[in-house]
Amino acid sequence: MSFIHLIGFGLKVGHLVLMLCYSFLTVISLNSLFINDSQMKPNNNNNTKSNKLWIKFLEIFSRNTSKIHHYYQYIGSDKFRKTWWKKLLILWIAFGTLLSLWVFWYMRSQALETRKDNLTNMCDERARMLQDQFNVSLNHVQAMSILISTFHHGKSPSAIDQETFAKYTERTAFERPLTSGVAYAVRVLDSEREQFEKQQGWTIKKMTPVNKDKYNPEELEPSPIQPEYAPVIFAQETVAHVISLDMLTGMEDCENVLRARELGKGVLTAPLELIKSNRLGVILTFAVYKRDLPSNATPEERIEATDGYLGGVFDIESLVEKLLQQLASKQTIYVNVYDTTNISNPISMYGVDVTDTGLQHVSPLNFGDPSRKHEMRCRFKQKQRWQTLAISTSFGIFVITLLVGHIFHATINRIAKVEDDYHKMSKLKKRAEDADVAKSEFLATVSHEIRTPMNGVLGMLDMLMDTVLDVTQQDYVRTAQASGKALVSLINAVLDQAKIESGKLELEAVRFDLREIFDDVLSLFSGKSQEKGIELAVYISAKVPETLTGDPGRFRQIITNLMGNSIKFTEKGHIFVTVHLLEEAAESIDVETEPSSKDTLSGLPVADRNRSCEGFRPANQVEDPSESVTLIISVEDTGAGIPLEAQHRIFTPFMQVGPSIYRMHGGTGIGLSISKCLVNLMNGEIGFDSVPHIGSTFTFTAVFSNPNEQQVNGQPKSKLEFCGMQAVVVDPRPVRAEVSRYHIQRLGMHVETVSSLTSALSMLTNGSQTVHVVLIEEEVWDRDSSNSSLFFYKLRNSDNPPKLFILTNSIGGSRQYNGICSPAVITKPLRVSMLAASLQRAMGSNRSNDRNGEIPKLSLSKLLIGRKILVVDDNNVNLRVAAGALKKYGAEVVCAENGRKAISLLKPPHSFDACFMDIQMPEMDGFEATRTIRDNEQDINTRIQHGSLSLQDYANVSNWHVPILAMTADVIQATHEQCLKSGMDGYVSKPFEANQLYQEVSRFFL
Amino acid sequence: MELNHTNRQINVTRNSLFEQGYLDEQFTQLEDLQDDVNPNFVEEIVTLFFADSMRLIHNAETALENYPLDFCKLDDYMHQFMGSSSSIGAKKVKNECTQFQECCKVRNADGCTRAFQRVKQEHATLKRKLQTYFQV
Repeated sequence: MSFIHLIGFGLKVGHLVLMLCYSFLTVISLNSLFINDSQMKPNNNNNTKSNKLWIKFLEIFSRNTSKIHHYYQYIGSDKFRKTWWKKLLILWIAFGTLLSLWVFWYMRSQALETRKDNLTNMCDERARMLQDQFNVSLNHVQAMSILISTFHHGKSPSAIDQETFAKYTERTAFERPLTSGVAYAVRVLDSEREQFEKQQGWTIKKMTPVNKDKYNPEELEPSPIQPEYAPVIFAQETVAHVISLDMLTGMEDCENVLRARELGKGVLTAPLELIKSNRLGVILTFAVYKRDLPSNATPEERIEATDGYLGGVFDIESLVEKLLQQLASKQTIYVNVYDTTNISNPISMYGVDVTDTGLQHVSPLNFGDPSRKHEMRCRFKQKQRWQTLAISTSFGIFVITLLVGHIFHATINRIAKVEDDYHKMSKLKKRAEDADVAKSEFLATVSHEIRTPMNGVLGMLDMLMDTVLDVTQQDYVRTAQASGKALVSLINAVLDQAKIESGKLELEAVRFDLREIFDDVLSLFSGKSQEKGIELAVYISAKVPETLTGDPGRFRQIITNLMGNSIKFTEKGHIFVTVHLLEEAAESIDVETEPSSKDTLSGLPVADRNRSCEGFRPANQVEDPSESVTLIISVEDTGAGIPLEAQHRIFTPFMQVGPSIYRMHGGTGIGLSISKCLVNLMNGEIGFDSVPHIGSTFTFTAVFSNPNEQQVNGQPKSKLEFCGMQAVVVDPRPVRAEVSRYHIQRLGMHVETVSSLTSALSMLTNGSQTVHVVLIEEEVWDRDSSNSSLFFYKLRNSDNPPKLFILTNSIGGSRQYNGICSPAVITKPLRVSMLAASLQRAMGSNRSNDRNGEIPKLSLSKLLIGRKILVVDDNNVNLRVAAGALKKYGAEVVCAENGRKAISLLKPPHSFDACFMDIQMPEMDGFEATRTIRDNEQDINTRIQHGSLSLQDYANVSNWHVPILAMTADVIQATHEQCLKSGMDGYVSKPFEANQLYQEVSRFFL
Repeated sequence: MELNHTNRQINVTRNSLFEQGYLDEQFTQLEDLQDDVNPNFVEEIVTLFFADSMRLIHNAETALENYPLDFCKLDDYMHQFMGSSSSIGAKKVKNECTQFQECCKVRNADGCTRAFQRVKQEHATLKRKLQTYFQV
């Protein structure tokens, strides 16, 4: 049984192994192909020999495996596979049937063999026992013959008579278990018959076959006359009836007697029916000789020496019965004993004739008589039982085969089904992916396609704006333009999203100045922040390198997105952008902006920045810090905050906080999602923390590579002039002071921060070093106007008065001071360029501004807005054009036709901020007029200084100097020099050029 | 459609003025200065220019009739003329004025007369063209 289990298990395991091999090979071939692909690239760089060899080996291996794979694929091809497997299945079932049949046959034959062995053993055992017991009897009979010859013939008179013999034989009968009786017949010659008969007292009778039932010795006839007789004289009690019978008259007995005396050994008769008992028996006869004969005595000698014959009757039937009863398992077999002296007609000596011709075993019997042959035939009583074990076993095998076949079949079907499903799935997957790609491409294409006509529309709207339109029309056009611009920016955002989704967005790697980008973004938002009166500030840690390599455009986009959101949702307070290296972030957060509610930029509580970057990777990056820089940038605002329920989905595209917010602020809700994607592209992370009604803080990290060139600590040239100067910032709020300090330090100045005006004053008066610039927070300045004016005058009266600035958040805030002559105002957000320009202007520096790029009209108009400007030209047309141009930029223009009028207008005190003067004028040219004006100014200045004129009459201005710019059509060096000589401050070419105008004007108005 | 047609006509006229060299980018700048505060700024300026230039031409004409020619005076007139024409971007007129001034410098009376004729001619052409342009 275990053998069969083993087979079943083996089959299952085999199947499993096959499947495993198949899948393994499939994977290997695919893998190796993949490995090949990916290794081909490094191979180009890495031309080591071993690598090549390895690749080659892989190639060969993969080719082979892929062949196998193809083969399996071929097997896997539907049609082939099905027929193949079907054949295999049929074969398998046939094999199983054969196997079960064979097992059945084998077990049956095995059982038969054991049965046969059993039979043989039993039969042989019985035969041997019978033979042994027979021999014992035989020996005893022989011994008795010796006894007869010794005590009957050897003694005279005889020592034995019938009574003695009968008693003796009776008492020794147990020695002869197989004999039923013993008798002795004496040899009597015919000549001695009468004497013998007289002596014995009876006649020798003839042995005749008689009726079994009525055996009567009296009725027996006397023996006929013969040459010799052999009458029985002694007989055992059981056979006493044979006394006086002549043995030679019985046919069987006669033959037996004759043969016995010739051979001198025991001789057996054929089985015969015994007299009287009528049972089947054999008679053993021994001859008794007169003297001891040599073993090689001739038969004649033996006949001559014969005295008598001893015969033993063997009742075979009862004897065998008795014998068999002694043995166990008598019932299981039939035993037959045959006399087979005549082979063709065996005489049955024992046993019933059974018709069953089943299994039979024959054992030969040797009873000591060579002329007689006997054998024992044995057979089982019962037929062989049904071989239940063999049948069940083979049936079991058959069933198992069928089951295995079924499993096999089911597995194949299942595999086929799964494979089909897999193919179907992969097709569907491919289709889905294609559809996704198509969607993204469609989005990208459509966005692009929409952009092109939109640009046309916007361009046309631009042109339309330039045409003659009435106010309503202009309003419509402006609205249309704004909508168009919004649409374009939305399309750009969608395009970005599509690009990111389709993985087409790639980042540039160019060198850029991080600080410049922040300056740009600040100027972008400065208008809005000033409008709302929000404090906007950027702080970049000094450890952040000057230049980085990355994608400035995308970085700017992220910053703009975040800051745009902040601006949108912040009504009061501040927006504070900080940039640090990730490494220093941990400590710097603690140092720079202690997140206690009081110490923030605007004093309003903010969301905790630490919590916004909680989930970020730890700062200890594996990358070499000399090659890559990880920045952590956080944008902190004091806006509306994000409702808690919306916080989890703000990075999901097109998900906004809520419909009400959308209605209030517009927007698509795509910005943060794009920012997140961009941050991810920069190997960074983005997170936020927001407390409703308090504010939000967005923090993200971005990885840039560090251009290793050691930059000469490159302060731009324009900043060099401030190098080494000393500035004092008066600000009670450390964070804000820190930001101011950062921006001023960028100019190369030394900065001290003090918290109040009094401490600033004490520092200024007691300090050993000269202070060039004092910057005061508007808040401080406003707090106590008397204190401020006191400070102002004290400063002014010191020997080297430092320049005084007020830092303010909104335009025109501090210009409204009455009474005090206000110092210059710097409007936040602080930017380097703006700061530099303000300082330059205040210091009266004549150095031309380095900025020579495209100056946006916006900045020009910012410079000129609200300025009162005098334009002097004799040519009406020129006058109008110049005035128009300046008005366009928001200046308040007064016109003068000639120099004389200009001189009278510019006589202090006046309220002009600048004068543009034509050079070539009739009557009095520009140079002359300017000289006169300067003379007048000088005169008044000296008189004010000498105290002959009161300062109050001249609007508290002690040093009158109105900037005068020459307007000239032909710009040549000589004219320029002449301009400066006659006291002009600069010149502009006649048809105004925005750039040049900006350059010149910025020197005075920044 | 009507508006569209008119617009196109304006554009065509304007472009032809630039292409034929009557005007230069200064005119564009003037157009830039025009805004909702000064909706008819360019027209105003141009009208002013023509009024001014008529006066100058008249003055120059008178000066040319006197003998001997006062080149200084002529130069002065032409300087003014040139300044105003460059202000509105009347390129051709400006060029002719420059030529006139050159003649004045070398005191070439005949050249001056001829140059003046050309200035007048260009001026007249420009006036005509601009008038049609503004009428449209």
